[in-house]
Amino acid sequence: MRGIGAGPVVKALVWVLVTAAMIAPVIAAANSPLLAWRDPIYIAAGFAGILGLSLMLLQPLLAGGDLPGLSGMRGRRVHRIVGGLLLVAVIFHVAGLWVTSPPDVVDALLFVSPTPFSAWGVIAMWAVIASGVFAALRRRMRVPPRVWRRFHTALAVVIVMGTVVHAVQIEGTIETVTKLGLCALVIAATIRTVVKLQVLAKRPRRQPDA
Amino acid sequence: MADLVTTRRRFLTSTGALMAVGLGGLTEPARAQGVAPTPSMRGGANNYRPGAPIVKRIGGGGFWMTGTVRRAGDGVPLPGQRIQIWAHTTEGHERDARSHGATLTDENGEFRLEMPQIVPAFGQAHGHLAYDSEEFESVFLRPVMRRSSDTSLSADFVLRPA
Repeated sequence: MRGIGAGPVVKALVWVLVTAAMIAPVIAAANSPLLAWRDPIYIAAGFAGILGLSLMLLQPLLAGGDLPGLSGMRGRRVHRIVGGLLLVAVIFHVAGLWVTSPPDVVDALLFVSPTPFSAWGVIAMWAVIASGVFAALRRRMRVPPRVWRRFHTALAVVIVMGTVVHAVQIEGTIETVTKLGLCALVIAATIRTVVKLQVLAKRPRRQPDA
Repeated sequence: MADLVTTRRRFLTSTGALMAVGLGGLTEPARAQGVAPTPSMRGGANNYRPGAPIVKRIGGGGFWMTGTVRRAGDGVPLPGQRIQIWAHTTEGHERDARSHGATLTDENGEFRLEMPQIVPAFGQAHGHLAYDSEEFESVFLRPVMRRSSDTSLSADFVLRPA
């Protein structure tokens, strides 16, 4: 699927907007007053979470071929790499929190945490892990492409919704305005791609370069 | 049709009013039976370090943790009860020994301990309090601050004899 048949200005604008939305929360968080009262591992865990949310914006755009210069097979390859990075970010996030406060992480993983946002984060984490495992195994398991696409899209929706609810509710180093902006874009990009790829259609549209 | 709508609206209004009165009535007998014991909160005991020393103040202070301790049933204030307090503050993580301290209730069953400013940790600005001595059953609380800029937090204990 070709990206937007747009001129160089629009293409550049897409990249500027996407990059800004991804980097702004990181810069804002780097200026958070809370950093002064946190150990390096706790700080790293927080940033792993923020970076994970940033990477999440790329995924639907890559899958939909919406990033100029990264459509078709190239986009898919980058989508796979970013997916791997996202999995690493999630593991760092949880591991860093575990080191900082083991009982709080155990509570979250067992779904008995007093904070409602923990459960959403854990649900999203399992969906990320499941996505990674199935992406690695789908060739060997000979999963039909259409089944794979629906399953992967379902997991992606769970990942996005779980992560956004998780991120919106927390009070942490991530700054509110850049957080909400990034979350809104991630949701918009996800909806756009699900609609565009006609995942829910009975017969997926033929793709010229698939 | 209009009649049906009116009827339904009237039905909902009257049912709602009945329920409000009814539920209010239900809580009365419970109060009459006495003061119910405070249950421990989820995650209340996280990063608890038993035996924190009784201190005049935790660290540099500037933030107040306050509350009351009463006996279940008759609600009598309990003096001399040891309450342990810890939190993620401007001076340390929850697990750090320096973030922990204890205080005793006065003759009115009230306690008040100065500590460093609590800052948000694990997504919420919250504190931890424990009653964990012999006489009564242990209770672990985890109150959440309404705003992270608040400079005080309170929690009340109603204890059941062990």
